[in-house]
Amino acid sequence: MFTSIFSSVEVGLMFAIMALGVYLSFRILDFPDLTVDGSFVTGAAVGAILIVNSTNPFLATALAFGAGFIAGTITGVLHTFGKINALLSGILMMIALYSINLRIMDAPNLSLLQHDHIFTKLNEAWGNTGIDAAMASFFTSIGLSDFIPKTWVIIIVMIIFVLLIKVLLDYFLKTEVGLALRAVGDNHLMITSFSGNINFYKVFGLGLSNGLVALSGALIAQYNGFADVNGGIGMIVIGLASVIIGEAIFGTKNIVRVTLAVIVGAIIYRVIVALALRVEFLETGDLKLITAVIVILALVMPQVIAKQKEAKRKKQRRARLAG
Amino acid sequence: MLELNGIHKIFNEGTPDEKIAIDHINLKVKQSDFITIIGSNGAGKSTLFNIIAGKLFPDVGDVLIENKKVTNLPEYKRARYMGRVFQDPMAGTAPTLSIEENLSIAYNRVKTRSFRLGVSSSRRTLFKEKLETLGLGLENRLEAKVGLLSGGERQALSLLMATFTKPKILLLDEHTAALDPSRAALITRLTKQIVEEEQLTTIMITHNMQQAVDLGNRILMMDKGKVIYEAAGEEKQKLTVPDLLNEFSKMKSDGAELSDRTLLG
Ligand SMILES: Nc1ncnc2c1ncn2[C@@H]1O[C@H](COP(=O)(O)OP(=O)(O)O)[C@@H](O)[C@H]1O
Ligand SMILES: [Mg+2]
Repeated sequence: MFTSIFSSVEVGLMFAIMALGVYLSFRILDFPDLTVDGSFVTGAAVGAILIVNSTNPFLATALAFGAGFIAGTITGVLHTFGKINALLSGILMMIALYSINLRIMDAPNLSLLQHDHIFTKLNEAWGNTGIDAAMASFFTSIGLSDFIPKTWVIIIVMIIFVLLIKVLLDYFLKTEVGLALRAVGDNHLMITSFSGNINFYKVFGLGLSNGLVALSGALIAQYNGFADVNGGIGMIVIGLASVIIGEAIFGTKNIVRVTLAVIVGAIIYRVIVALALRVEFLETGDLKLITAVIVILALVMPQVIAKQKEAKRKKQRRARLAG
Repeated sequence: MLELNGIHKIFNEGTPDEKIAIDHINLKVKQSDFITIIGSNGAGKSTLFNIIAGKLFPDVGDVLIENKKVTNLPEYKRARYMGRVFQDPMAGTAPTLSIEENLSIAYNRVKTRSFRLGVSSSRRTLFKEKLETLGLGLENRLEAKVGLLSGGERQALSLLMATFTKPKILLLDEHTAALDPSRAALITRLTKQIVEEEQLTTIMITHNMQQAVDLGNRILMMDKGKVIYEAAGEEKQKLTVPDLLNEFSKMKSDGAELSDRTLLG
């Protein structure tokens, strides 16, 4: 139980990077970008093929970000210069990427088990510190020997890395370029009248968004030990689920808070899935259905709650008037 | 400063919906001119602004700013020359951004955007100073989201954002029309104050004849895509609302005659 939640948090942190990408396109740019299903795998594929060919895994992961960035800019160009509807631009790119991803990997599936990747490297460096052993003896001493995770390195490094991305993103969204990007999703009439080229910002924003998605894909591939050409199906819904869950819990008061909300949303989503899979009659294949149900609930529940509050307020009002 | 040479614009040419929106308009706007434009709905006033701003491109004719031909320059590039305020108070600001962030975007109208923070402490001081001139207390709400402001406050902010970077041309399209009378009076007063202080070259579309008479040194009346009446200088200063109404009814009867003739012909 504890170990499955522990690994959900690890995976959730990696998916949080993808969710931040989805937040950029859906919320900041107000652009429902479906490229994500493809660009997630592009990240995994580029990272995996480079690692298989003995590239430094950190460099491979950085290049995965670049590949996703390019994919996103192409979606942006289709939409802005090709004047293709936003949803359709994303879908076209997603389909195109399926073939491109197959070409990159040269196989539907690529195993990384025999190769050095980010997490094996981290484990190596971590092994000498003795922190895991210290933590294990600590947990045993307080009588929690069942709850000892295999290693703390992934969760600690991922927390630092995700927070670093969050801080950079928060900063970026407050720069002159970042403010213009936010205005594009908010009021493009206004930003145009203040010399902002909305086409440029859309292309750049979609690049950044899909770069983050691909980065997440590369990390997940290394964590799982393989890249799969079908690994991106439904990714956009998972990203949305994270954004919506986070926003529902933490609100949308300011950027700093929302980016944190999205990260926590991604982790909560993973934990919910892990818990749901422990339910007797649910199987791994039901995962997509569970995801859809979570998103629907996260979308509908706030409305239901608001309605109930409103009904209660009216009832009290009537009671006061009658009394 | 601004020159329109033989501007012609037709919408939906060759279809039953064909509409001549601008019918060969020539206009020379001098430095520090303040022109008011009136005219019935559909006269082509907003279309004229859109052509000046580069949102629409004329079928025939040229737009010149400071003797430079900008006819084909896209809207976002032409924005370097002009500040605009729209009729809809929601149109000129970004609602999920704060007041200071909106001002920062406006500040960058004349500067290439970089990866530096949009709101630095020196800029915040400048924004505060400028907001104080509005007298609405917005300088104490720098971090409030603009979406929370009232229509009048948003329009006052839009006006400030359009003007504090001293645009070469200021375009105001019925920017008080969507406000209640007291708020409209406030925005009119602020407009007058800012245009005078900054010596801005201004064109203002209005449906309020009193406003058109009171403000500015030139007045144009438009109908069916043409300028049908114009007054400047002393004639403009002496102009009253009844005079304008008189002109208006003259043109209306002309128009009726014209369409009767068209029907008969
Ligand atoms: N984008 C457009 N497509 C087709 N017709 C338009 C468009 N914009 C304006 N028009 C038409 O052009 C005419 C002039 O419109 P407009 O310039 O908005 O008038 P005004 O601002 O003087 O009320 C109107 O008949 C209007 O219906
Ligand atoms: Mg109009």
